[in-house]
Amino acid sequence: MVLDRPEVTEGAEGAAPKGRGPRRTGVRLGLMAVPLAFFGLFFAYPVAAIVTRGLKTDGRWRFGRIGEVLTDPATGHVLWFTTWQAAASTALTLLLALPGAYVMARFDFPGKGLLRAVVTVPFVLPTVVAGSAFLALLGRRGLLDELWGVRLDTSVWAILLAHVFFNYAVVVRTVGGLWAQLDPRQEEAARMLGAGRFAAWRRITLPALAPAVAAAALMVFLFTFTSFGAVQILGGPRYATLEVEIYRQTAEMLDLPTAAVLTLVQFAAVAALLLVHAWTVRRRESTLRLVDARRTARRPRGAAQWGLLAAVLASVAVLILLPLAVLVLRSFDGPDGYGLAFYRALASAGDDGVLGVAPLETIGNSLAYGLAATAIAVVVGGLAAAALTRREGRLVRGFDALLMLPLGTSAVTVGFGFLIALDEPPLDLRTSWILVPLAQALVGVPFVVRTMLPVLRAVDPRLREAAAVLGASPLRVWREVDLPMVGRALAVAAGFAFAVSLGEFGATVFIARPDNPTLPVAVARLLGRPGELNYGQAMALSTILMLVCAAALLVLERVRTDRTGEF
Amino acid sequence: MNTTLRRALGAAAVTALAVPALAACGGSDEAKETDGGKTVTLVSHESFVVSPDVLKEFTARTGYKVKTLKSGDAGRAVNQAILSKSHPQGDVFFGVDNTLLSRALDNGIFESYEAKGLDGVAKEFRADDAEHRVTPVDSGDICVNYDRAYFTDHKLAPPKTFDDLVKPEYKGLLVTENAATSSPGLAFQFATVAKYGDDGWQDYWKKLKDNGVEVVDGWEQAYNDRFSGSAAGRKAKGDRPLVVSYASSPPAEVQGMKQQPKSADEAPTGVATGTCFRQTEYAGLLKGAKNAKGGKALLDFLLSKRFQEDVPLSMYVKPVVKDAKLPELFTKFGATVDAPETLAPEKIAKNRDQWVKAWSSIVLK
Amino acid sequence: MPPALKPSTLKPPAPMLRLEGVTVRFGDRTVLDAVDLDVAEHEVVCVLGPSGSGKSTLLRVVAGLQRADAGRVFLSGEDVGGVPVHRRGVGLMFQDHQLFPQRDVGANVAFGLRTRGTGRDAARRRVAELLELVGLPGAERRAVAALSGGEQQRVALARALAPSPRLLMLDEPLGQLDRSLRERLVTELRQLFGRLGTTVLAVTHDQGEAFALADRVVVMRDGRIAQQGTPLDVWRRPASEFVARFLGFDNVVPATVTGDRADTPWGEVPVPAGSAAGPCSLLVRPGGVRLVADGLPSEVTARTFRGDHVLVSLRPERGPALQASCALAHAPEVGARVGVAFDAEHVVVLGG
Repeated sequence: MVLDRPEVTEGAEGAAPKGRGPRRTGVRLGLMAVPLAFFGLFFAYPVAAIVTRGLKTDGRWRFGRIGEVLTDPATGHVLWFTTWQAAASTALTLLLALPGAYVMARFDFPGKGLLRAVVTVPFVLPTVVAGSAFLALLGRRGLLDELWGVRLDTSVWAILLAHVFFNYAVVVRTVGGLWAQLDPRQEEAARMLGAGRFAAWRRITLPALAPAVAAAALMVFLFTFTSFGAVQILGGPRYATLEVEIYRQTAEMLDLPTAAVLTLVQFAAVAALLLVHAWTVRRRESTLRLVDARRTARRPRGAAQWGLLAAVLASVAVLILLPLAVLVLRSFDGPDGYGLAFYRALASAGDDGVLGVAPLETIGNSLAYGLAATAIAVVVGGLAAAALTRREGRLVRGFDALLMLPLGTSAVTVGFGFLIALDEPPLDLRTSWILVPLAQALVGVPFVVRTMLPVLRAVDPRLREAAAVLGASPLRVWREVDLPMVGRALAVAAGFAFAVSLGEFGATVFIARPDNPTLPVAVARLLGRPGELNYGQAMALSTILMLVCAAALLVLERVRTDRTGEF
Repeated sequence: MNTTLRRALGAAAVTALAVPALAACGGSDEAKETDGGKTVTLVSHESFVVSPDVLKEFTARTGYKVKTLKSGDAGRAVNQAILSKSHPQGDVFFGVDNTLLSRALDNGIFESYEAKGLDGVAKEFRADDAEHRVTPVDSGDICVNYDRAYFTDHKLAPPKTFDDLVKPEYKGLLVTENAATSSPGLAFQFATVAKYGDDGWQDYWKKLKDNGVEVVDGWEQAYNDRFSGSAAGRKAKGDRPLVVSYASSPPAEVQGMKQQPKSADEAPTGVATGTCFRQTEYAGLLKGAKNAKGGKALLDFLLSKRFQEDVPLSMYVKPVVKDAKLPELFTKFGATVDAPETLAPEKIAKNRDQWVKAWSSIVLK
Repeated sequence: MPPALKPSTLKPPAPMLRLEGVTVRFGDRTVLDAVDLDVAEHEVVCVLGPSGSGKSTLLRVVAGLQRADAGRVFLSGEDVGGVPVHRRGVGLMFQDHQLFPQRDVGANVAFGLRTRGTGRDAARRRVAELLELVGLPGAERRAVAALSGGEQQRVALARALAPSPRLLMLDEPLGQLDRSLRERLVTELRQLFGRLGTTVLAVTHDQGEAFALADRVVVMRDGRIAQQGTPLDVWRRPASEFVARFLGFDNVVPATVTGDRADTPWGEVPVPAGSAAGPCSLLVRPGGVRLVADGLPSEVTARTFRGDHVLVSLRPERGPALQASCALAHAPEVGARVGVAFDAEHVVVLGG
């Protein structure tokens, strides 16, 4: 449950800006209307439709189904595996990524921005690409196999490590971002008071970081709890998460009742996670004194610090760079040895009609879809963030969590929901290309909100008041005060939404659409066909996608502001 | 309705309108297609591929433009068509195969129509001849492929039949796909059911398991990663010289080679022709189609020589019309499967889930 | 030239600002309790009070940033209850200045001019003129972050003055500055407001600042006005023990007045002629505590140098501690035993 917290930021006079009056509330409702309509129409309604279809036959509810499915031992098995692998993945991710977060927060070294961008690439990479890259590391004849004869594919370790691969950036960005802004002088003050180095860290830094660590852990838990691609590709036939099971029951078995019950179970779990997450995020926003991140980092000193840096770089190299490198390598490993053959083929291979277009054109499609999705995500997410800027009210908090719900919802549920819900004019969007960016935006909006919200909340409300007193109308205040301050955050949010929609695969494949495939879809199709040329082109396209994502993220590193949320 | 809500809906409408304008570059082709009478919408799976020239010819012949909607694999596409049968997404559905046919027919998603040219289709491919709700379009066999170099190097004859696969000399050589998640994997299981019957197939899989069969989740992984005979698998240092794939995989493998071999015997991979299961793909006119006339024209066209001769190279399957000519790649490198296993669609529909469950408990445990 | 820059000689018919029964409640706490206040044109009024007394809220109500739960606000005789913040035409200088961080000095000062549609050239001239006025000529292109506290203060002032608001409000204008800077700026501000004829409503918790700046001082306590008057009036005749203590007077005791004497814990103390008889609080200003050979025997416990005099803390044989103001040359040592006598001239009988 969300707790009611007293405000802590008010001035000495206690002039709490409560009692805003009906007008402000009206404005806020107005701002919320667009995101609410968006989520209602493109998320809640389709999901409700598919769940209803599953639980209702001949106009009557069959709630008995719920009991049947829940008591089925197979369901228990899936739930248990889903939960424990998520817990184990989260623990492993924290273990490996927290040192990384520390190093990137406190040490200054050349190429730090690049490193931060690189570790984020897996997060936005489609699982179909990342999965095959990861197999090259852990699978048969992968690096581990070559060196020590260790094979981890089809074992649960492959899933766990892949989850680390995907979510490393979540921890580094969420925890590291805050760590960099914690005033090191507080720890110094504790040491002056007689605390040892570790005691000072444990008593001062750890409690300050704890909410961020908790938020990151919950996010990782959420992503791994709902993991789909990684489990499918790497887990082998033996392992299935709830999400995989929902997919199987819906898409393969057409057993909608079972799928509906499982969807509800996952919803309940995800909603609980999100509420806890929203709570930890709020705790983090309110109480800490933060300083400019650039002032806290310095060059490592001494063998221990250099050693730590080296260890982190090595783990990043093995876990993240290596799989990506294999991908790149294979894209150059053409029929006549290393070269650009596959890349050349990308430009011309359109005539055989595999994709309907030259593979290179799919990049254009992806960019266009990505831009549209970004525009939607920025409009919807920006309005939602603006409406959520002030923190009163349980309703607002509930809405905050609601926005994250699509991240924890199976793409097949949403995709099939679209199919049966948006099937009548004027809402028959099923055959329209707009459905793809709409679905991608569902995933992008939470990132936009989470990036913008802390920045908007950090804008001193009195700055807005100062502008109003100087004669600026509310709209003008927003344009002249908020916008310049959140402009960079907005750019970061847009960039992130863009990168996420570029790599988005789930929603795209579950939606029937006119044949201008996106890049990830093209990769999947090419991988699905025999022959070296197809495989090589898939690798080459993946490499291009990776480079585009990395470039987008690198640009974001440049414009990144200090308080830009957790992703 | 209060004003706030009305304003909200207005704002939502504005957003919905503004966004397409921003992204018009992504969908310029679709923007103009409001004229339902001139467009036929074909709903299919991700593997549906046709040469652009062929579609242009259809347009030239009939005046209809084809809009294609693809989504998912065959199973998912069929399920989507079933789910949306009250408001179908298009006019024609292509891509229901014999393993899924009963589900589609039982759910009544198709309208009867006897396509022109059906007479030219070989008897073995035809189904539902009483009502003509579906039209056969192409056919392909799922068979074990082998890595020719491996067997030459080891001075071993490649296996030919199901019985061969459980022999000790082929121990630890075969990789197949999960029947629960992969369509060739499922087809291969069906083949063993067809071959050994309801009572025998489970024993056969126990033997296969004892003989070291490896099961992976998808065809991509089996063929591109584990199979030592494919170009991608070689690169990935695949270690299994036998893989469950398609009878058309060898020609496809050859097509990607820079220097094509002179004959099938020199091709890198071959087919164990006694291990095949036949899949036939059907198309049908969707009930409630907006452009039924155009849909019928498209079904006719799917049986035309022009389209039929295009399918081998675009989808790696064989035409069903007798007089359609196979391209040289197929005549030269393709395998001839004389006696593929088959199962009646009704039997598949009835037993499918329990077979997969039984299979999983034998093979995956 | 806008009229506000030139002192008018005419008496305005209505006060520039009038508050009638303004009440603000936060939850069950009443922050402003039926406050009535007039500010005449060209007057500089300083609201003085401890933190929590509601003085900042008062400014926020006038600016329109805080809605009053009851009462009315008039500007130039017009009820501005329904007028939004940006149309009230008042200026407010925030406690911590709230300069726009991503604009330079010039753009900050010009902000209020642009919102009022002042032309580019006119705005540029006005900005230059105001920066000159606040002692930062030519600072237009400087970044806000690079300014010192005092400079930020001046920019904030220039920004608030630029649109020539009919009423300028200052919230703890000098609160964050160090002492010497504060003292200098108070004098400068006083001169500036006098020269421009600006109507000013300032709030502060620093009595020195209030007394130096204001034509009239309003002391607030718990959302009510405790006393108002010229600085001299308030200083000389605090209306209550609260005001006396808030102004820094500690020699306050309960007393009973009879004729020209009062009975106090220190013994008998002379009171000014005409004081009302009966129980009251009694203030003896430190200047009225004389150290004499006889009188109330006391011990010196501390000495604090205050520039031109010494504040001597005394522990008398009876009654609470006393403070006496002594000339530098005559201050006794700590531990010395002295006698205390009281001067009627410096004794104030407080209400209540």
